[in-house]
Amino acid sequence: MKSEVKARPVNRSRGRRLGAFVFLSPGLAYLVVFMLVPLALLLSTTVFRRGRFGGVVYEFTAENFERLVDPLYLGVLVDSLKIATLTTLIALLIGYPTAYVIARLPRKWKTIALVAIVLPFWTNFLIRVYAWIMLLSGPGLVNSALKVFGLGPLEVLYTEGAIVTGLLYSYLPLMVLPLYAAIDRLDPQLREASSNLGASAFTTFRKVTLPLTMPGVLTGSLFVFVPSFGNFVIPEMLGGSKSIMVGNLIRDQFLKARDWPFGATLALALIVVLVVLLVAQSWVARRA
Amino acid sequence: MRRSKLLYVPFWASYVFLYLPIAVLVVMSFNAGESAYTFEGFSLKWYGELAGDERVRDGLVNTLMVAAGSTVIATVLGTLLAVGLARHTRSKLLDSVALMPAVLPDVVLGIGLLVFYGMVQSTLGLYSVVLAHALFAMAFVAAVVRTRLAGSDTSLEEASRDLGAGPVTTFMKITLPQLAPGIVAGALLAFTLSLDEFVIAFFTIGNDDPTLPIVIYSMVRFGVTPEINALAAILLLVSFTAVIAGQRLTKIGEREPRAQD
Repeated sequence: MKSEVKARPVNRSRGRRLGAFVFLSPGLAYLVVFMLVPLALLLSTTVFRRGRFGGVVYEFTAENFERLVDPLYLGVLVDSLKIATLTTLIALLIGYPTAYVIARLPRKWKTIALVAIVLPFWTNFLIRVYAWIMLLSGPGLVNSALKVFGLGPLEVLYTEGAIVTGLLYSYLPLMVLPLYAAIDRLDPQLREASSNLGASAFTTFRKVTLPLTMPGVLTGSLFVFVPSFGNFVIPEMLGGSKSIMVGNLIRDQFLKARDWPFGATLALALIVVLVVLLVAQSWVARRA
Repeated sequence: MRRSKLLYVPFWASYVFLYLPIAVLVVMSFNAGESAYTFEGFSLKWYGELAGDERVRDGLVNTLMVAAGSTVIATVLGTLLAVGLARHTRSKLLDSVALMPAVLPDVVLGIGLLVFYGMVQSTLGLYSVVLAHALFAMAFVAAVVRTRLAGSDTSLEEASRDLGAGPVTTFMKITLPQLAPGIVAGALLAFTLSLDEFVIAFFTIGNDDPTLPIVIYSMVRFGVTPEINALAAILLLVSFTAVIAGQRLTKIGEREPRAQD
């Protein structure tokens, strides 16, 4: 590299700059026009008043942020956090042993098991949610099963439990894959050494396996948490009208209430929570 | 031993959890009755019903057009961006900006574009969805092509330049063929993601010409009918076939170099 720059210094460096321009400018221009400008416009509306029929009136105000800390809206944010956290924890509890078993399978079965985990993820998202409406509703399979044991019928659809089930169903593969990648890389000799030195299975897991697979745990958790937290389709379809999450609130501000500034403020809150999590994740990952 | 057997409980539970709803969905699509809850005998009538449903057919055509359009834009821009980021800059900032559309929550991208289209007084329609889908698909294409670039060797390009080929010839004859598998994989990913995308399309499509996911959304909101099950079964078949075929293809691609060592 260095000798070649010496051989034709002027020519190459000008070519480099032209090359950088040719390759980078179309994509970056697209990102600026269709992402950065829209985001800037969106977030700038948070400090303005709402227009009567959507849009924005350019008078400064803090009322959007005051409304955000209103217990009503703060409650929705806290509820969304709670639901997304619960989903992530359950996904971790089921996903970890699943990924662990897959990583220990013989090669041929490993591939099949992995493809089988990802397969449902490649089907239409709404179809997957629809399947759960069918299973959880009054005459659905869940209540039919309960009836066999002389139980029910239970009101399972349109509860927070139904939302968590739907989110878990949609995003479980995103938990298993990074966990699998982390566990698969683990050297089995480390666990052998640990148990040879007298550590119990649980101690080996806690002191060896878990710390070494922590990056996978963090990535998987983030992959499940992020789409769960901002989701509005699953809460709407499985949670009914009683329970709403921050995604529904944002959607309604834009399509029903026509209050862009407040909708944008809610979106800002969503982004802030996610950025805090990303920063925390990279901080923990660096320490681990 | 007992411990590892215990691990098989959540393992199998995961697969039952993932596949039981799909199985019920498919079985009920063959229901002779009107209900999606009680099976009253085998029939293909809901598939017939589906074939005659204009909303579904138009939705499918719209979806394919959006996916094709956005894939073309995303593949061209994403490939150029990947080469530019890998070879012409060391900026970490540009790297993260290029990845942002894939990381940002879809609802934020959706409302951002809704506000943007509103402020530039643009009408909404299929084309605004094409432009929106191209944005996030570009990030995925760029990411896939970059992994290919990371594994490729720059000495061929340098040799080509040293032998007197211009930058354009070098790019067309050396870089592009080396990247081709990555570009194809990226384009396929972009196409699949666009086919299935609902949230961004929901905000940017306006009132006419819904895409298939939006048609499904309104059907599901309207109520549970075996016609949706029939549609679901067909979509499942298509995506399962595509994923398994893709898996086979990459396996064949992997096997070749392995035979040599």
